[in-house]
Amino acid sequence: MAAPLFEAQHLSKRYGDTTVVDGLSFAIAPGECLGVIGPNGAGKTTTIRMCLGLSVPDGGSIHALGLQMPRDALAIKARLGVVSQFDTLDPDFTCAENLLVYGRYFGMKDAAIRERIPRLLEFAALSHKADAKPGELSGGMRRRLSLARALVNDPSLLLLDEPTTGLDPQARHLMWERLQLLLQQGKSILLTTHFMDEAERLCSRLLVLDHGRKIAEGTPRELIAQHLEPDVVEAYGNGALALADDAALKALAARTEVSGETVFFYTQDARALLDALAARPRLRTLHRPANLEDLFLKLTGRQIREDG
Amino acid sequence: MTPSIWRAPDLSFRWWPVFLRNLLVWKKLAIPSLVGNIAEPLMWLVAFGYGMGALVGQVQVGADKVPYILFLASGSICMSAMNAASFEALYSAFSRMHVQKTWDGIMNAPISLDNVVMAEMMWAAFKAMFTVTAILCVMLALGISHSPKLLVAWPVLLGAGITFSCIALIFNALASGYDFFTYYFTLFLTPMMFLSGVFFPREQLPHAVRVASDWLPLTNAVEIVRPLFMDQWPAHPLRHALVLLVYTVAAFWVALALTRKRFQA
Repeated sequence: MAAPLFEAQHLSKRYGDTTVVDGLSFAIAPGECLGVIGPNGAGKTTTIRMCLGLSVPDGGSIHALGLQMPRDALAIKARLGVVSQFDTLDPDFTCAENLLVYGRYFGMKDAAIRERIPRLLEFAALSHKADAKPGELSGGMRRRLSLARALVNDPSLLLLDEPTTGLDPQARHLMWERLQLLLQQGKSILLTTHFMDEAERLCSRLLVLDHGRKIAEGTPRELIAQHLEPDVVEAYGNGALALADDAALKALAARTEVSGETVFFYTQDARALLDALAARPRLRTLHRPANLEDLFLKLTGRQIREDG
Repeated sequence: MTPSIWRAPDLSFRWWPVFLRNLLVWKKLAIPSLVGNIAEPLMWLVAFGYGMGALVGQVQVGADKVPYILFLASGSICMSAMNAASFEALYSAFSRMHVQKTWDGIMNAPISLDNVVMAEMMWAAFKAMFTVTAILCVMLALGISHSPKLLVAWPVLLGAGITFSCIALIFNALASGYDFFTYYFTLFLTPMMFLSGVFFPREQLPHAVRVASDWLPLTNAVEIVRPLFMDQWPAHPLRHALVLLVYTVAAFWVALALTRKRFQA
């Protein structure tokens, strides 16, 4: 890996008796998109806050762009772009004014910002909304305006905290397209997400967090190959739950799991299993390759988290 | 590891773009906001000044007797500076800090919390000065005072605006909702209004209360501004300015520490 653009080592953060981030280390190479996935409360947002110098770690260090956090927080932030989980757009300003005012926070001259505004709006597919206020925009448009705002200073690294949460599929796909474009331009991205298809599509490498600790790291394909059998057969419908106790069926699968009304068979080869299930016509089955969602649920469990 | 919230303020001119941001929002709403800002103080002035003034006649200030409307005008303009700064540093700053999360957005850019608080303080003081300027113009037009020393009163009122912004920002840092500010207004600002010699001479107060009122920030502002309205120099300008300065520095420091604490969570 090339010399990292951003490197966190042994980060830890406690609030009172609760350890929310525990010995977390990771690095982002130039041009890379690193995804951070984990259930609610896994420590993703706290990690981002420490990366931004908004929260001081109780242990560990953060180096970025040859500088050190939090000592050089302002100098580092001058070269970062941030899209936070919740929009912080100015409701009283038009889209163009939002970009102008935000550019000023970076010490940019008005003329230089004004020159960039049409390109940023075009990138966000908002050229026709330059004079509209955020309240008049759809959720997807607001997120894209937040992204355009994060690009006003032409940052080397983007920190995106759940950038597509709450968007409809069209808006999400447009956001993905834009992020892929940025990666092609050589930008680096740190992305937190709850969407496994988003992580798989965008991220060259993934970090799985739970209870503040890193529990897995690697490319999406590697992680799946490492932790899961390649095939999954889901069975649901009348009498499905009884299958989980059927010794003959269980022998055909490497691993069996029950969740709600569905039985999951994880297997190296699904053929024999599918043949056996075909003899039970009242069942409904779904045969598919193992995916990131399976990995995520295997590593972090299926139970709902406190704030989930 | 977390540095003390009481560490020295770390300020630079990075507060300026945040001030400009507030200015740009305000420019869109300036006219209606101007009406709101000056209509109420002027109603008080006209109703009390002319109405009560007819009953009261002249008021003794030091060795001189002045018309009640002049007495009231010179006190109420300080009160207007106080109210304008307090409203801005409480309700408006809280909206930006807590409701709209504007501060969070700003701090993702290279601007520190210290400079954001500084910007809010300067902005609230600017709003106070703007209100005060508009009221001064009306007072000049009404012929309440034509003292050339009003030119000196103007920066003094800006200074008072800064003092009250800093104090209000302490309560902004502590607030969990808008309701909290009602306490500040009813328990702190309203009593101060009556104890600081705005509506009647402090000589009317019981001795102990009067001694305490010597140390109220509003009293010290009024003690500087009133003689200037009467075309005289204040008797103890340095003492009053010093009291205001101590309030300003102490309040800013406390406000900053409490705001840092709020944002550490």
